[in-house]
This record gives sequence, structure tokens and C-alpha cells, in this order.
Amino acid sequence: MYGSYNAKMARINLTTGSITVEELDLDKAKKFVGGRGLGTKILYDEGIAKVDPLSPENKLVYLPGPLTGTQLPTATRYMVVTKSPLTGMIASSNSGGRWGADLKYAGWEGLIVEGKAENPVYINIQDEKIEILSAEKYVGMLSEELDETLKEVHPKSSVLNIGPSGENLALLAAIMNDKDRAAGRSGVGAVMGSKNLKAITVTAERKVVPPADEVALKEVNKSALQKLREDGVTGTGLPTYGTAVLVNIINNVGSYPTKNWQEAYFEEADEASGETMANTTLVKQGFCHRCPIGCGRVIKLDDKEVGGPEYEPIWAYGANCGVKELEAISRANMMCNEYGLDAIGTPCTIAAAMELYQLGAIKEEECEGVPLTWGSGEAIITWTKRMGEGKIPLAKLMADGSHRLCEFYGHPEVSIAVKKQELPAYDARGIQGIGLNYATSNRGGCHVRGYTIAPEILAHPEQVDRTTTEDKASWVKIFQDLTAVIDSLGLCLFTSFGLGAGDYALMLNAATGTDYDDNQLLEVGERIYNIERLFNKEAGMKPEEDTLPKRVLEEAIPNGPSKGMKSQLNEILPTYYELRGWKDAFPTVETLERLGLS
Amino acid sequence: MIEIRLFATLRQGREKIYHEPAEKFQTGRDIIEYYQISQNDVSIFLINGIHSKLEDAVKAEDVIAIFPPVGGG
Repeated sequence: MYGSYNAKMARINLTTGSITVEELDLDKAKKFVGGRGLGTKILYDEGIAKVDPLSPENKLVYLPGPLTGTQLPTATRYMVVTKSPLTGMIASSNSGGRWGADLKYAGWEGLIVEGKAENPVYINIQDEKIEILSAEKYVGMLSEELDETLKEVHPKSSVLNIGPSGENLALLAAIMNDKDRAAGRSGVGAVMGSKNLKAITVTAERKVVPPADEVALKEVNKSALQKLREDGVTGTGLPTYGTAVLVNIINNVGSYPTKNWQEAYFEEADEASGETMANTTLVKQGFCHRCPIGCGRVIKLDDKEVGGPEYEPIWAYGANCGVKELEAISRANMMCNEYGLDAIGTPCTIAAAMELYQLGAIKEEECEGVPLTWGSGEAIITWTKRMGEGKIPLAKLMADGSHRLCEFYGHPEVSIAVKKQELPAYDARGIQGIGLNYATSNRGGCHVRGYTIAPEILAHPEQVDRTTTEDKASWVKIFQDLTAVIDSLGLCLFTSFGLGAGDYALMLNAATGTDYDDNQLLEVGERIYNIERLFNKEAGMKPEEDTLPKRVLEEAIPNGPSKGMKSQLNEILPTYYELRGWKDAFPTVETLERLGLS
Repeated sequence: MIEIRLFATLRQGREKIYHEPAEKFQTGRDIIEYYQISQNDVSIFLINGIHSKLEDAVKAEDVIAIFPPVGGG
């Protein structure tokens, strides 16, 4: 029984122009759910771990989840899975907006895009019809303008595209959809660019995906909506202040990395906080399709309403570059959306460049009139634009991320990254569990693979001591496994503030006819986490890459409430491996057998 | 003196920061009662950046930060 799974996937070969309809392998889908899990399984089985990420041999799998397009709250997300050119490992970046739901409404469970078009093209999907069209006249167009232009050509469509940075194969390139939503991380936009694929438009007649059990879905939907409404985070905090409400919290626990992690407390943080935004530039909440939370911010900039910055870019352009002005941060963030750049990796690379400039490794003459000085609003805006354009040599190098930049200048220790991907906005010296999550994240430095900030900082579901390593290995494992499920269902991770594994099991069962309980669903998450790890092993990952930057392991925080703290990663990593059933960073034969992966 | 920082919805009808003589308060609970903050509205209570209980003692030079249920990044 397919339930809310669509029965078909499309395989689109851009080299030959062939479009093949394939039946969804339902057994495989149920074993790996969809989205992130199923996408990784497909790529692993097709041998993608060993290919050059920017060659025609790499593939892009666009997969909503089985719940995407149902009436459930936040059921709109899609995942793009590929081999990352930034990390050389698995990439799975997801995004909200509406595009993912429209792909489901159009009748497709997912798209597998392979090969490379001879000239720039885009894919147009109108229900069952799929065509490859010329995109020559759209080359160089900024992402938001292209979204509007393609909507004129294909009225009522949802648009996914890459900006100029994806065309330039910048390793920090994102895939944008519905104007300001982004599958931001791991350089997925560069893979799209390498295939000469500029955009995918989708138009659908259908407006909802029917579930296997209409009555059960209605019931679980009602209960989920109520839980999300009653939860303090999803019911009040996120709607009122957006994700930027975290600025003051994380700064007040002294774990708000400042000046490329040289410090961890930023005196002026409140000037660019969710509270300040709410009292100044905020116009209204921004909602993804089917979302009752509305964490997005619509702000006013130059008399235009635009997507406002989330917590991550506010931190990365703000404290991490020593910049306090919300307006400069908002402009730089908008530049990321227009050029299609990762709004975490891009500002973090600018922060690394600022430290290289501080060290004298980057010379003033390389800066072409805009020095990379701490606290310079002009620098964060101009250098983001330059990275998006990719014309100036230094900016072109920066657009490939901090790892390559800092290697080039002979200061690898300045890159604050794991597996070549920049770390996000929580200092792992003051918050021990998140450091273990960063170190073991299969897609490299990332907070949303196992968001232990919830228990360590936000008292969700209970308060645990951020400063100790006690029980952190099990917190990280369970958060990583549950997140792998949520990412595969097609729902927003923020629902997990109000919902638990049992709720997700009820949703999946009602939608697809499965019979999972909460523990079985967590085991599915564990299976997904392990198939990703197998992909990385085949891609050449080394056990010593499960680590943190030298600064985080060896240099104590010099200021603020967490002064003196360092990451104690090496104390907890062996316990984590033991819990996972891994030896030397990879699953043992017994673990693979237990999870049905042998 | 004790520095008391309020955030998010707790700022509605109140200042962002207060400085009060240390002898005014014994514990965190005294502080929230003084500012008429309901216990249900306190999700994170920090004394010098460390998560603490409302029953914990406060002393001169402490920085207190109080947050309602918020978060998600």
C-alpha cells in the first residue's frame, strides 16, 4: 500500500535528455522512510560515494518525504541528497517553502537528476509532464529575480533555482526555492551548477496528498496541532521572535562565538537580537506552506519587504565578524539569498578571512578597497557580493569555504570547521554535547543533525548540565537518530519541540499504513545514520575526521560566563562509538546486521 | 549590586536591565516575585551564565538572566 507515498519517481538524464519513470521501491522506501534516508540509500546503491562530486557521474536526488503534501503541520519540506563537493562526503540539505509539497502534489515521490546538459537548462514539471527547457537567457540572473521571471513563464509554479554562485561552482553555493528558502549547506548548489541545471519549476493541480487512513491522520493532525500550539517554543517563542531569539540566550551562557571563535561573548549582541528585530525592522511573520509556527521573518529594507536573517546568519555575520548593526547583517544575508550562497558557511568564511587579515596573512592590497576588518558592516556586505560574483581572486577562493582559504594562506587552524564545513552558532567549548554532535555529524559541521541545544540550553524536554560530558553520548545519539527520521518524513525539525518519536510514528502509520512504534522508528533513524556513515566510509572518510577544530579542543574560552572552558570531546567519543556499535568511527559487522544493512 | 537581565516577552511592560542592591534578594524566587513574573513564564534562569534553580541563592555582583520558553535555531 502506497498511502501518501507517490508510486513513481522520475530519472532525468541531462546528458542524453532522457526522462524515465520508475516505480517507487516501496520496501526500500519504508525501510528508509523517504527524504534524507531514502536519498542516501539510492545514492549508496548506485555507487555515488566514489565519484567526483562535480562530474556528470554525481547525481542529485530531490526527495520530499512521505508526509510532505499531507495536511499535517509543516508537511512541505524536501531534501536534496548528493555527494558534497565541499566535504567530499554525503550531503543532504533540506528546505521548506512550498516547492517540495508541489512536487508531491504533481504526483512525484522524487527526482533523480544525472549527467550534465551541454548548455544551461531548467526542468519544468506540470503534473505528469516533465520537460527539459533552455535556460540560456537566465544565466547570471540573481535567484529572486529568476524566481519571479520563471513564475511569469509558468504561472502558479513553485520555483527552485541556483544563483550565480551555483553557476560558478562555488563550493558554498546553496539551492534556493520559493525566493528566500534555502537548502543551504554542503555546496549542493555547485552540484546543480556542474550539471548546467539552473532551475526546476513545478506546477500541480492537486492540493493535498491523500493518506492511507484518513480518520487516523485527522486525529493525529489535531493532536499535533494542539501540542505545537501549547508548547512555549513553537506556540509563542518562535512565532513572536523567530529563531533570532537565541542570540541573547546563547550569548548569556557565554557560548556565542565571537571574532571567528577567538572569544565566546559579544557585548553588543542585543543590538542584533530577535527582540531588537521585533521592535525595529520586523513587518510580519513568514510562514512556509502548511506551517502553523511561522518562525520566518519578513522585514523592511529600503522600503521593500524581504526575508529577514535567521539566528545563524545573525550570529555568523554579527558576533563572528564582530559586527553589531542589524541593518548590515540583514543586507549581507539578503545578498546570500540573491547569489544563492550558504548563509552559514559564507559569513563564517568571511570571519576566517578577517582573522587571516588580522594575522597579516591576507594583505590589504588583496582586499581591493574593502579591508577585512573586524566589525566592518561594509566588509560583510561587499565580500558576500564578491563571493557571489566570483570575479576577484580572493573572493573566488573564499567562495570555496574557510578550509581551502585557510590552507591556502598556511593557517589551517583558522578554519573553524568539521569535515571542511563551517561550524554553526554554538560554542562547543561551553556546550559539551553539541561538540560531540558536530564531530560526528555525517555531513560535517552542523547543529541540526542532533540539536542537543534543546536539553543543554533550552530545557527541552528537560534541563541537562551543558558544562559536563555526563550522558551526552546518549543524548547525541538519540537526537541524531530522531532527526534522521524527521528529515526523512518531510516535516520541519522545529516540530520536535512539541512532538516526540511516538507522535511521528502515529503520523507515518496513518499516512502510509506502516505499523511503527516509537522505538522502531528510532531504529529506522539509526539505520539512516549508519547508511550515511557507510557512504562516507566508501567516499574515503578517515576516523580522525570525527573531531573538532584545534581551537575548540585546546584553547580555553578567554572571556564571558564560560571563561576557561574547552571541549572534552575525546572523553566522550569512545562512549558514543560504543553506543552506536561502531569501531574506529565505522559500524561493525554486527551493527550492520542488526540494522539490516549487511 | 545585582544585575538582572530580562528577555523576550518578559520585557513587555518592564525594562531590559535592572541593577538592584544585593540585600534586596535572597534567591531567584525573590527576584521573579519582585518583578511580578509568573514561575510558568520562567524557562531558563541563569546565574552568571549557569542554569540555576529559582531556589538558588543570589549574591552581590551576580548577573541574572531570565528567559521565558523560547528557542529553536
